[in-house]
Amino acid sequence: MLRLEELQVVRGRTRVLHGLTLELGAGEIAALVGANGAGKTTTLMALSGLLPIACGRATLELESGTLDVARSTPAALVAGGLIHCPEGRQVFARLTIEENLRLGAYLNRDEAEVRRLLGEAYALFPVLGERRGLNAGGLSGGEQMMLAVARALMAQPKVLLLDEPSLGLAPQITERIFDTLVELNRERGVAMLIVEQNAMLALEIAHKGFVMEEGRIVMSGTGRALLEDAGVVQAYLGASA
Amino acid sequence: MSGYLLQQLVNGLTLGSLYALVAIGFSLIYGVVRLVNFAHGDLMMIGAFSTLGLVAVGEVAWAFVPLLVMAGGFAAGGVIERLAFRSLRGAPMITGFIVTLSASVAIQNLGLMILGAQPRNFGFPSVFRERLALGPVNIAVIDLAIPAATLLLAGAVVLFVQRTRLGIAMRAVSENAVAARLMGISLNRAVLAAFGLGGALAAIAGLFWGGKFGQIDPLMGFVPGLKAFVATIIGGVGSVPGAVLGGYILGFAEVAFVGFMPSEYSGYRDAFVFALLILILLLRPQGLFGREEEERA
Repeated sequence: MLRLEELQVVRGRTRVLHGLTLELGAGEIAALVGANGAGKTTTLMALSGLLPIACGRATLELESGTLDVARSTPAALVAGGLIHCPEGRQVFARLTIEENLRLGAYLNRDEAEVRRLLGEAYALFPVLGERRGLNAGGLSGGEQMMLAVARALMAQPKVLLLDEPSLGLAPQITERIFDTLVELNRERGVAMLIVEQNAMLALEIAHKGFVMEEGRIVMSGTGRALLEDAGVVQAYLGASA
Repeated sequence: MSGYLLQQLVNGLTLGSLYALVAIGFSLIYGVVRLVNFAHGDLMMIGAFSTLGLVAVGEVAWAFVPLLVMAGGFAAGGVIERLAFRSLRGAPMITGFIVTLSASVAIQNLGLMILGAQPRNFGFPSVFRERLALGPVNIAVIDLAIPAATLLLAGAVVLFVQRTRLGIAMRAVSENAVAARLMGISLNRAVLAAFGLGGALAAIAGLFWGGKFGQIDPLMGFVPGLKAFVATIIGGVGSVPGAVLGGYILGFAEVAFVGFMPSEYSGYRDAFVFALLILILLLRPQGLFGREEEERA
């Protein structure tokens, strides 16, 4: 579904990714874990077309053909079903909840379908429906995360890139969000690449995991195997784990 | 109410409308690209000379002239953005500032080379010169037409920004351009919409300016453009209704200064306007309706 081969990305004068290779199959959840500064967010930004790819290849395989990420605009990638839910949620605080959701389906010109998707979003997170006319800036952090996920779903993603979905959220909210992600994966077959500082949380729901260090993958395996690996536990999950 | 006072009110309303039309563009453009576009006022000049050209050709019915002038203003705004500003995306604010000033000087000098420095008389249909008796004063038709057209156009822009898909996308870009791109919004399209709409409104303001004051020249847009920028600051940058209100506040203030101060001071009207700018920046830098915003380098 999504394939990265020897990807290199340069930000400013610094090479952040030094030949990253990973593959995400259809319907899979993959966790990308690693210390701060390893290049996890950079990977996602390159995949959604926000950063240029210096070298290597990233491709999105779709029924309609293969999209080369380096040659596609962010809009073309969104149209292809590759949706990036960015770090820090990035909801449009001065726009209403409904306007935020409609922007998630910005490329969809079928108004009837957009309405149906809005209905689905409000069914998934009723709190958003109750406040649809209010500015998103008035929502709590957890509600903004729900909005960010719902907004990403409005685009009917095939691959969802999630950057730190648990960041700054209370444990119950995080659990709620992760339950929703698992449900979306099972019921709609949405493939996900999750970047998470809470590595344990992400590896628990992931089919496979990748450990990143200084711009490359240093270890990979099933989520369970990585969770049980003493080295990973020590390096990334904290001594208490 | 005395006739003199009423006449001053009408003058303030007309001048304020012209500032408002130009200020809306400043506001829209700043919203999407965080650029104070000092070349924006020169689109007034382009609009005024386009009108002159269309009338000189004489083939076009007067009713279509404003529409064509606005279409030309839209195109000119888009072309200027493409040529001068697109490569500046993400550049520091000071670079943008210098480039917009340079673009303004370039447009003015191009105008001087092609059109000549001599001011030209601006032939407007005589129906606009007719005066209607309104209570104690006679008001020229154009002094009614300008505010009416301004409010109509401003209302249309507000509706566009609030309700339409592209308008919502423009507000999203204005708030968070990176997140907007992740929605699949094309920055270029939002930027073109802002420069094009701004250009159309400035061009029609140029047509009105010529109709109201009777003379146009290639440098005519610069000072009104700067004043419209002051109006934008008064209203709060980034808010369309704020820009309109700022335009009227400035128009009334300027006319009051000229109309009620001893006549030997009237030569200082521009100084008065810019002193007002300094005062606003000192007392309420975010304007009357703007929100406070951290400056981005």
